[in-house]
Amino acid sequence: MKLAIEATGLRKSYADKVVLDGIDLRVAEGTIFSLLGPNGAGKTTTVQILSTLLAADDGKAVVAGHDLTVNPGGVRGSIGVTGQFSAVDAMLTGEENLRLMADLHRLPKAEGRRRTAELLEQFDLVEAARRTPMTYSGGMRRRLDLAMTLVGSPRIIFLDEPTTGLDPRSRRTMWEIIRKLVKDGVTIFLTTQYLEEADQLADRIAVLNGGRLVAEGTPDQLKRLIPGGHVRLQFADVPRLDHAVRILGGTRDDDSLALDIPSDGGVQSLRSLLDRLDGNHIEADSLSVHLPDLDDVFFALTAKETTR
Amino acid sequence: MSTLSLAVRDSATMLRRDFTHSKRNLMMTISGIATPVFMMLLFVGVFGGAIGPSSASSYIDYLTPGIVIMTAGTGSAATAVKVCQDMAEGIIARFRTLDITRASVLTGQVIGSVIRTLVSVTLVIGLAVLLGFRPRAGFGDWLLVLGVFVLLTFAITWLAVAFGLKATTPAGANSLSLILQFLPFISSAFVTTESMTGPVRWFAENQPYTPVIETIRGLLMGTPIGNSAVIAVSWCVVLSVVGYVWAKRQYNRTPVR
Repeated sequence: MKLAIEATGLRKSYADKVVLDGIDLRVAEGTIFSLLGPNGAGKTTTVQILSTLLAADDGKAVVAGHDLTVNPGGVRGSIGVTGQFSAVDAMLTGEENLRLMADLHRLPKAEGRRRTAELLEQFDLVEAARRTPMTYSGGMRRRLDLAMTLVGSPRIIFLDEPTTGLDPRSRRTMWEIIRKLVKDGVTIFLTTQYLEEADQLADRIAVLNGGRLVAEGTPDQLKRLIPGGHVRLQFADVPRLDHAVRILGGTRDDDSLALDIPSDGGVQSLRSLLDRLDGNHIEADSLSVHLPDLDDVFFALTAKETTR
Repeated sequence: MSTLSLAVRDSATMLRRDFTHSKRNLMMTISGIATPVFMMLLFVGVFGGAIGPSSASSYIDYLTPGIVIMTAGTGSAATAVKVCQDMAEGIIARFRTLDITRASVLTGQVIGSVIRTLVSVTLVIGLAVLLGFRPRAGFGDWLLVLGVFVLLTFAITWLAVAFGLKATTPAGANSLSLILQFLPFISSAFVTTESMTGPVRWFAENQPYTPVIETIRGLLMGTPIGNSAVIAVSWCVVLSVVGYVWAKRQYNRTPVR
């Protein structure tokens, strides 16, 4: 496994406020890595350090094979950054913005023109090409922003909260674009405060809270950190619920006439549960499976930190 | 490609960006270019009769070199404000993450500003000639005037860029650059320093604008230059370097966001 990003012991503080308190990160090439955390957790600071915008107080990082402090130029040559704030030139048209990027990446004229046309097409901005971003919607602005990042065909892309403030449809469009990029072998470093986004996109997730990584793993591994998977059976009346409790055990909920039975939600265990219901003449009205989602994980992990 | 040719290429790209901005912000560009023209009309038509020196030569011959150097200062406000606004744009953060010559975004703005000032000064001199300005300069003198003027404009513009980076708001950038615009009033631009008194006179004789004006006046009108030329060029070079180093250092420091 080749690493696109490897960081050890990153630290950063402003005056007496510690923003990053020793962070280690390993991101494999061609994967989506998501840094998840509440506002003020240090996500943007991490992106700024890894993209050479900010110097860390301590620690070491290698991005695309280049050491951040030894060869920042090499890092800049391999990365693209789309920040939390729109990084488009509001006075240039969409097309001019892309041409500017092509010139700054020193593409030959014809190549720059071709790449611009291609990206306008790909990001559905052909009609808006001759207008300035002041007339764009939030989603269009973000698409232009990302298109500008892609002009230089970077191997590693940092996306700092790329869908914050977008409507659900624009968010889906952005997800599609991100998935397509990874298919082409690009590595994505994504920060987000949306759990669903990390769950949808990321191969690995690291949870950042109060300047420290409090958990790291695949979305499924993280979900397993929190117990609480269960099957909920719903009954028509109290006698039927009583009957079920006698045989199955579990936690009863008299208000809603429900019974929660611990379960991993797997097909095998569900089948054996159904068999037991049948064999013991238990009449349940409905059955639903509840697995812990990232919300549970996130709140459990970040609550622990903040109450400390 | 060598580092230098890459720097030239990036700066040329940034200069094109600056031109497009001027085109989009046409009213601001035109008013910036036209302000010195109005200064010319104001001082010749309105004040000219009252404050002209009593020598035989007409006041416009004395005044034009003064308005010429004022033109170099007029653009500084626009430059400082532009740089200050630009730095608040997200695109600057993007530029910082690109593998380009770092200062090119500033260099592009400086060159753009110098070009706008040259357009402006051409209009000023054209108008002056229409109003009766009769320079005695030969072709070589004109080239030297151009050289000194460009040098002065570079110095002022780099200082203005540094002001624009230093100021946190466009209004602040504008007020800092007022220094550059108003200093010519206490110089030999409009009246001779001999007519001034005490500390004002001392200041007028020793501030950087006066030797530049005397040099340009000498080249255009044949008045004695003396050691003004050496002092003028030294001031311009020193101020350019100070402005450039200061601006570059501020640009390279920690980004705001």
